[in-house]
Amino acid sequence: MHEKNISEDRKKYLRKIRANKILVILTQLSILILFIVLWEVLANKKIIDSFITSQPSKIIDTFLNLSSNGLLKHLGVTLTETLIGFISGVILGVFIAILLWWSKFLAKVSEPFLVILNSLPKVALGPVIIVWVGAGMGAIITMGLAISLIVTILEILNGFLNTDKELIKMAQTFNATKFQILTKIVIPANISTFFNSLKVNIGLSLVGVITGEFLVSKAGLRIFNSIWRPSF
Amino acid sequence: MKKVLELKNISKKYQAKNGEIEALKDINFCVNEGEFVSIIGPSGCGKSTLLSIISGLEPKTEGEIKVEGRIGYMLQRDSLLEWKNIYDNVMFGLEISRKKTKESQTYVEELLKKYGLYDFKDKYPNQLSGGMRQRAALIRTLAINPKILLLDEAFSALDYQTRIMVTNDIFKILKNEGITALIVTHDISEAISMSNRVIVLSKRPATVKNVHTIDFEMENRTPINCRESPKFSKYFDTIWKELDVHA
Ligand SMILES: Nc1ncnc2c1ncn2[C@@H]1O[C@H](COP(=O)(O)OP(=O)(O)OP(=O)(O)O)[C@@H](O)[C@H]1O
Ligand SMILES: [Mg+2]
Repeated sequence: MHEKNISEDRKKYLRKIRANKILVILTQLSILILFIVLWEVLANKKIIDSFITSQPSKIIDTFLNLSSNGLLKHLGVTLTETLIGFISGVILGVFIAILLWWSKFLAKVSEPFLVILNSLPKVALGPVIIVWVGAGMGAIITMGLAISLIVTILEILNGFLNTDKELIKMAQTFNATKFQILTKIVIPANISTFFNSLKVNIGLSLVGVITGEFLVSKAGLRIFNSIWRPSF
Repeated sequence: MKKVLELKNISKKYQAKNGEIEALKDINFCVNEGEFVSIIGPSGCGKSTLLSIISGLEPKTEGEIKVEGRIGYMLQRDSLLEWKNIYDNVMFGLEISRKKTKESQTYVEELLKKYGLYDFKDKYPNQLSGGMRQRAALIRTLAINPKILLLDEAFSALDYQTRIMVTNDIFKILKNEGITALIVTHDISEAISMSNRVIVLSKRPATVKNVHTIDFEMENRTPINCRESPKFSKYFDTIWKELDVHA
């Protein structure tokens, strides 16, 4: 559409949408700032113990000395571990979900196992993983994977199975193969499910990795934690 | 006249955990080239089952089906894919059957132009009215060049006014393209207004209860103008009484 052709009403509408967006972002920023200010003030007044919760000014201080205190390196390690855990979790999760969608039999067989694995406190697996994979980065990534994988499988499989049956029937009226139904209907219909699970997963992977670092920690944010507050 | 579809002693039993459901019992009829045949019957009697069997989506339990030429199948909902624009939607059948050639593309573009959707080809389904969506779904089916078109309550999602207009539209399009149609509907008027014959099915398990030949002795008959014929209400009454479930 050309700029000139935009009607007054349309302009008003667009302006309203933009104003709304700005308002949301401003409010989010205000909440963040309020939180940080409150944190700093409460820590200064000793209402909360900055020894345990730290304090914004100290964090900024640490960040300013990035190169000297090695935070950068640890940050990098944690980030890499999280990303590897996250990406492999997503790829493996989607792959297994496709497999289970494809074979009703496999899905039936694995259902109780998935439910049990999902309810298992994965942190408890930590020591086992260390024994199996060795106390290193591998164990940490496996930890991140363990936490996010099952959720990914369950969520994506659920989305797949709830794909609109009419759309599938429509494709079948054109003699679509099962593979075509998967790639042309089921996967595109679940793009939003996929992105939702990505959102949840990046968080879960981070939790997994940090947990892993607590257990193994040669490098990463966790070990940095202990240097930072050695007595804790 | 040439038969394009023939059903002999078709029966269907569904197997379910809680038992067997007999949906169709000994159905016999045929459809001639260019003919419009409607199927009408009580709710749940097995009309959709019958179409699914003819299209091959559902296996039959007994009987024999002879089909000349390709079958197109239109479902109750338009089932347009919201993530594809109208052009990609109408190309979907060709894409699936890997028949996306220069010729077929030109044919689809012609259909879009002829039936007033060309200007909307880059729009997405949710930007179209119900009638236009239905037309897009029809073009998607026509694109694969069917000889016979199966319509399963294809208009029931539309409001009354749109429905009359769309039925009229689609009737003309199908006549224009020389397509034979087998139409399932709940609506007696729609069945009479569109078809050369109306097949009345019994309650489940469906059997053919009666077949009515509809002839208004009009030239250029359309679903709208035939409603004014005095014969229309006569046909309506006869079929209405027959559908009366007390019988
Ligand atoms: N996949 C299936 N498995 C078991 N039973 C089925 C299946 N599909 C349909 N049926 C049963 O077969 C019978 C006929 O169903 P069908 O959908 O063909 O009826 P219909 O005449 O199209 O109904 P409506 O007028 O409501 O569209 C119904 O009793 C239905 O419950
Ligand atoms: Mg039906």
